[in-house]
Amino acid sequence: MKENYLKVTFPSLPENVSLSRVIVASFAAQLDFTLNELEEIRVATSEAVSNCVIHAYRQTSGEIRLELKIKDDTLQIKVLDQGCGISDLSLAKTPAYSTDPERMGLGLIFMESFMDEMTIESEPGQGTQVYMCKKPERSRSDHGTGQ
Amino acid sequence: MKLELRRNGTTLIAQVSGELDLSTSPAFREQIETKLAEDQLIQHLILDFTEAEFVDSSGLGAILGRYKTLAQRKGRLSAVNVPPHLHRLFELSGLLKVMTIYPSLQEAQNKI
Repeated sequence: MKENYLKVTFPSLPENVSLSRVIVASFAAQLDFTLNELEEIRVATSEAVSNCVIHAYRQTSGEIRLELKIKDDTLQIKVLDQGCGISDLSLAKTPAYSTDPERMGLGLIFMESFMDEMTIESEPGQGTQVYMCKKPERSRSDHGTGQ
Repeated sequence: MKLELRRNGTTLIAQVSGELDLSTSPAFREQIETKLAEDQLIQHLILDFTEAEFVDSSGLGAILGRYKTLAQRKGRLSAVNVPPHLHRLFELSGLLKVMTIYPSLQEAQNKI
């Protein structure tokens, strides 16, 4: 599979969360992901972009940058914002931690569970960058059997 | 997201269609809370996911929020026709501690 990339910037509106899922799932479909894996990618994307809308910009206007790349049969996703940043990253990663009673605090847990790797870089007042990657299970098996 | 609500005895049956995420969960919350406020006889809620295409943690939060309202009425929260990928999300989230999954609407209605 040739390397490929896509970069897109959009306003931090709740309506654009579903758009981001469609973009990422369409791009990811270039690799040999199963439907279940694509569903996991959709959930992880939804969580990362939702976090920008809810937490980074706190429902005010801002821009979200989505950078996608296919390299070495692996999907790489970067979600970047220039919002308020995360002051305490370890607290934010605590399961069920949420600043909103209507939310379950599971966004980061889902991203970690559904992707192969997930890292967050954040600077208070500067913004946050979430990096996630995933390789199709079928590609791994092919390499394992020498096919 | 489209929500179809109907009452059967003391149970509110909500058929969820489409996507339940950050953009649509406020409408989900508002429609169910309005119905619960209007009709104090309702005690239980069954969510039918036959037509649901996508749910993320925003949707799960909206579901958990409705359980809190039902708990005040000593009611139960159930889900039916849950596809495998959603079942996994419910498991991971811990929502199954307060929500029971049944294979069909009929079975859920019989057990409540």
